[in-house]
Amino acid sequence: MKLLQNLFDGIKPNFEKGGKWEKFHTLYEGHRTIAFAPDLITKSKGAQIKDATDLKRVMITVVIAMIPALLFGILNIGHQHFLATGAEGTFLDKAIFGALSVLPILIVSYAVGLATEFTFCVIRNHPISEGYLVTGMLIALVMPPFIPLWQVALATIFAVVIGKEVFGGTGMNILNVAMTARAFLYFAYPAQISGDQVWTYLGEKTAVDGFSGATALGVAYNSSVEGTPVVEALSTHNAALGADFSFMSMFMGWIPGSIGETSTLMALIGAVILVATGVASWKIIVGGFGGAYAMGLVMNAFAVNEYMAMPAQYHLVMGGLAFGVIFMATDPVSAAQTELGKWIYGILIGVLTVIIRVTNPAYPEGIMLAVLFMNVVAPLIDHYVVKANKTRRLQRATV
Amino acid sequence: MSKIVKLKKGFDLKLVGKAPMELIQVTAASTFAIKPTDFPGIQRPKVLVNEGDTVKAGTPILLDKAMDQVIYAAPVSGEVVEIKRGEKRKLLEIKILADSSMTYENAGALDLGQDRASLAGKLAASGVWPTIIQRPFGIVANPADSPKSIFVSGFDTHPLAPEVSFLLQGEERYFQAGIDALAKLTPGKVHVNVDGGKQVPSIFSGIKNAQVNQFSGPHPAGNVGTQIHHLDPINKGDIVWTVSPQGVVQIGKFVLEGIYDASKIIALTGSEMNQKGYVKTYTGANVATFLAGVAQPETLRIISGNVLTGEKIEKDGYLGFYHNQVTVIPEGKYEEFLGWLKPSASKLSFHKAIGMFSFLKTGEFKVDTNTHGEERPFVVSGVFEKVMPMDILPTYLFKAIVTEDFDEMEELGLYEVIEEDVALCEFVDPSKNELQELVRHGIELLMYN
Repeated sequence: MKLLQNLFDGIKPNFEKGGKWEKFHTLYEGHRTIAFAPDLITKSKGAQIKDATDLKRVMITVVIAMIPALLFGILNIGHQHFLATGAEGTFLDKAIFGALSVLPILIVSYAVGLATEFTFCVIRNHPISEGYLVTGMLIALVMPPFIPLWQVALATIFAVVIGKEVFGGTGMNILNVAMTARAFLYFAYPAQISGDQVWTYLGEKTAVDGFSGATALGVAYNSSVEGTPVVEALSTHNAALGADFSFMSMFMGWIPGSIGETSTLMALIGAVILVATGVASWKIIVGGFGGAYAMGLVMNAFAVNEYMAMPAQYHLVMGGLAFGVIFMATDPVSAAQTELGKWIYGILIGVLTVIIRVTNPAYPEGIMLAVLFMNVVAPLIDHYVVKANKTRRLQRATV
Repeated sequence: MSKIVKLKKGFDLKLVGKAPMELIQVTAASTFAIKPTDFPGIQRPKVLVNEGDTVKAGTPILLDKAMDQVIYAAPVSGEVVEIKRGEKRKLLEIKILADSSMTYENAGALDLGQDRASLAGKLAASGVWPTIIQRPFGIVANPADSPKSIFVSGFDTHPLAPEVSFLLQGEERYFQAGIDALAKLTPGKVHVNVDGGKQVPSIFSGIKNAQVNQFSGPHPAGNVGTQIHHLDPINKGDIVWTVSPQGVVQIGKFVLEGIYDASKIIALTGSEMNQKGYVKTYTGANVATFLAGVAQPETLRIISGNVLTGEKIEKDGYLGFYHNQVTVIPEGKYEEFLGWLKPSASKLSFHKAIGMFSFLKTGEFKVDTNTHGEERPFVVSGVFEKVMPMDILPTYLFKAIVTEDFDEMEELGLYEVIEEDVALCEFVDPSKNELQELVRHGIELLMYN
């Protein structure tokens, strides 16, 4: 380690005031503090000791919580490919196929995002913040598996610049950065991120007979249009291939979808990590699932079509609800910040997701718009919770 | 009616280096200092003595021209050896070389039967008055004010804090006299708050002229700010006074004997303190002799006070006016390879983020002054709310101060907190912001605008 320290010390003069790369001082600090926790000490007044946890550790916790979803996503992409082409594939074949699809997206997301972030840090002379560790992973996980890499790059730049840096950088953004990236693609290049064709890669091969590339949400919507019960349509979908959309297979995640979103189980493992470490608010997560389930029940009660009649629990395992509620809605910067506000925010995300899914034919998945909308509304919720606190404080009885 | 308040929020920092409950013999300090910087409310300090003057204990040596009825007195008798000034002639220290035997200014025993104004005037001129602190703002109280209540916290939950009942042993008579005097100064109540988790010390159980309340829970249950919030909260325009138990004893001594006796017991604590225990000394003592046998003080942080709210001093520095503890811990000027990622159960942390297993450890932690990370923008993780046992939204309060929004600062509770009340927030903050400094900045904005 001494070697690495010496290496850093060796190049340090270049980055100090008057050095030839003075402007890039923040990059030097950023890298050195990743290698070594800094040798900063507390000031002479105030707290003389500080907690051993810093923002880097908090952020890396979120990244680690997403790893089950990432690994499963890699495997599932391979699985879907072999399923669609009817070819035999071993576990390893599937994993390699999936990795070849996912890793380039992940690398582009991190490389482009970090480059954008570094540029702004240098221009503003801000320290490099850890937020992008999480954002980079999130952006990759909400992409369809075969999206053109230039689109990933474009969406990343858009999200980091328009979603975050124009507001002042980490901690200042209004919208969740990763959701901004996905929304950008959804509206700018809908052909590559929606429909039945983008979720499974066929390549030169043709799909086997009877294969349909639709997602569960697409199937549910179409069956409702045709007037057939949704559960039946889901369970017979691709059933001949052994890849139906039963509740269990959707919960496990062996279905087409964005890279990391398909498995409710993996998202729940992430939720356990986030809640146990205290990094994410369990109130938002419980509120999100609870809101979606309750809205599903309301839909059942007033069902005028088959989609509305679909059992409420299906909403929890379809599409990206679990992933969105657990990893996107809980982003502490863009979520509600008061404890009561977190309940309201989480519940409304669940409710809105189901409403958008069931009633809006243009957007089969509602979680993206629900999270973005609630990001915008969160400060308003907080405003009223804070106002209630102020009023309560004014009216306190004294002994 | 005494009250019982149980608190859940907060965090007890269990550190290595607690002082055993015994008085130890150390070479007595020979110089003592009054530091105007210990009193954040002083606006225009004026020194009343010159270098070379001889003073008695209780002789006025300093006052604030903005509130000149309150005098700051010499804690010991002796010779004024140095008046130390810093940049722009800022007054830093008035040092007194103590006589071998103490002589006191004597005003004669105080008659508590006199009217409030003349009683307050006499206390203000005695040297004991600066022990009375005004909330809001945490500044020395104004004798002309009439506080709605007066609070004394009878226990200290800060890390390695001294045991209050040990500090007050043998002072029962003076403590009661001090309480009697305070009761005359307020139309409301005098609250003495004790640790609800323990047997009430005898010095508090039989107290008259005060309401004894029990508080239990983790730190900051012992902070007087927390206690005021739950018993008699401060809204705009309200004034509450607070006095430390040792301050009450000093007031009591003036009442009964007419002298300013600044003697007090302090605790010597911290993992690197050589001789841990309690010593008897006077306010503003030079700490050099207490540090006898401490190896390599250059590599250590010597703190007047505790590790959360104290202040770094030099190895021949002086104890702060309000402090009753000296803590010595290692400085943390080192880099740690992947220190932000390495799993550890031996580093003290309130968080449970990946690799932080300190919540599994039940014993005491050894800490140093490393910040364990760089300063970052606020990322709202809800952690402040978990260590703030008041109906206050700390994140919003801090943001209001940052943006200098006066209405918000008032409405969100800046009247109720001073530095020590947010010290725990500052400790747990993963973004490493200087929140105590921020709160003082906010208070100064409210005070002087």
